[in-house]
This record gives sequence, structure tokens and C-alpha cells, in this order.
Amino acid sequence: MSLVARALEAVGVPTLTLTAAYSITASANPPRAAYVEMPLGHTAGRPGDREFQLNLLRKALTLGVAIETPGTIVDTGVRWSEDRSWKSAASSGLNNGVISAKGDTRQERVDTPQYQSEDDRLAAEA
Amino acid sequence: MNAPDKPVDYIARTREQYDSLGYPPYLWAERPDTPPWTPITRPLADSTVALLGSGGGYNRGQVAFHWKDDTGIRLLPSNQPASDVRVTHFAYDLEPARADPNIVFPLDRLNDLVDEGFIGALASQSIAFMGGIYSVRRAEGELTPAILDAVEALAEDIDLALFVPV
Repeated sequence: MSLVARALEAVGVPTLTLTAAYSITASANPPRAAYVEMPLGHTAGRPGDREFQLNLLRKALTLGVAIETPGTIVDTGVRWSEDRSWKSAASSGLNNGVISAKGDTRQERVDTPQYQSEDDRLAAEA
Repeated sequence: MNAPDKPVDYIARTREQYDSLGYPPYLWAERPDTPPWTPITRPLADSTVALLGSGGGYNRGQVAFHWKDDTGIRLLPSNQPASDVRVTHFAYDLEPARADPNIVFPLDRLNDLVDEGFIGALASQSIAFMGGIYSVRRAEGELTPAILDAVEALAEDIDLALFVPV
């Protein structure tokens, strides 16, 4: 993601990368990034919570476009919850601290299309 | 353990998990040099924003992404409700995103921000793809050019590209 942002910025398009995975983003070092303290899989907000999602995007956009030094990651201050204990358990997108999967939760990386539903598969193959 | 006020260090935790399971270490992209830079010249309220999300979004009728280094992209009309977006991915819990795709592909919220004048416009098409490409070579050789071409082909000039990873 950050590598694509770097490439797009290099051809003249300003970019802003939202991130819930600070260390991964810092390593790949995109031009501008905005950090949110959210579980993986929830980068843009809490499901079904319009106001939370709007607040997150307003803060990320406002702080992100104000970045003046390339490679800056600003902290939006947006948090999943005041109870931050989920962060101690989180290790990956499938064990993200707010769901119960444990241990090696990697899914098999199959090379055939993985549809959300059988209906989707039928529609695509029609 | 992470201190609660520090970001979770997913790199360190993935290394620990892979080591304990005997897997070869995952190689994270490292780009310590100063990143490219294009100055932002317009206020947000006058800016056309493009949404790019790596949560594996697609529309009914499109071929879904597969889960093994799929470097393709899908174009999704930005004026459709987020509830029309499907998601598929091997590396995050899909259930919350399927209940509300806005949490990985915030189409409704960006349209809300256009309506309230916070941003000027949303590009007519949004770009969905898959994160979790294990090969940096393929990410840079296949995915990146596809996205650059797609942004170039958009009907609008883009003032800001907003990337939403998962």
C-alpha cells in the first residue's frame, strides 16, 4: 500500500495513507500517513457508526494534508475504544484483539476467486 | 506487551508468531529513504479525492480476488452505496467489513463529506485491490503500474489519493 502511494506521489499525485498498523507503515515510509488506533480490518471506523467514521475521516484528512515533511505519520487521536486492552492481544488481522481467533490464524492462500457468496460467483460467471 | 498508548507493533508480533511456528520470516517492505513528494495545492473543500482501498473490494458481477498474490484491481463506481461492495481477503476478519464495507472502503462517508462540503468531490470511480502481496517484486512490477494506469485513466484530475489499507 505504502509502496503504491510512493509511486503515485512520484508521478505527481499527492497521497495520504490511513493506517492502523504504525510499524508496517513506518517501514514502507509513504509520503503522508495518518494513524488511527483501530483493530486491523477496521481502518476506517466502527461498523454501523456513521459519526465515528465521519470523525475519523475528517481528522485524518485535516491532519494529513497539513503534513509538511515527507514521511510523516500524524496521530489522529482516533481510538477504537477508551478500553485499550485489545491492543495487548492483537497480533494480526485475524487475531485483531477484538475477535476471538487464537494461535496460527492464517488462512490458506488459495489461487481461485474467493467470492463473498455463491450468488456472486454465479453473477461473475454468467 | 505493548504499552497501551503505543501502537501495536505488528512487525514484531508477526516475527514472534512465525518464529514460534517454524515459518520463514515475513519480509516487510523497508524504504528508509525520503519518500517522493508532490505538494498539495488546493484546500480539501476544492479537492477531488480518489479512494484506493486494499481490503479486497469488488462488485457483484466482477470476478472476486483470489488469495495468493492477486495483483489485479477492480474499479467500483463511487456513487454506489457502500453496501453494494463485497469484500474478500485472507488476512483480516471479513465479518464486520461485510456488515459495513465503509470500515475498509468508506464510500458512503466520503460521499457524506462531499455533501457537507468538507471535500470538493470524489473521483467517479474508486479503486479496490488486495493487500498482502507477499512478493514486493510483484507488487511493484504488477500492482503498482495497474494502479498508476487506473488513476491516470480517471475522468477527473485527482488532487488527493486516499489510501485505506486493512
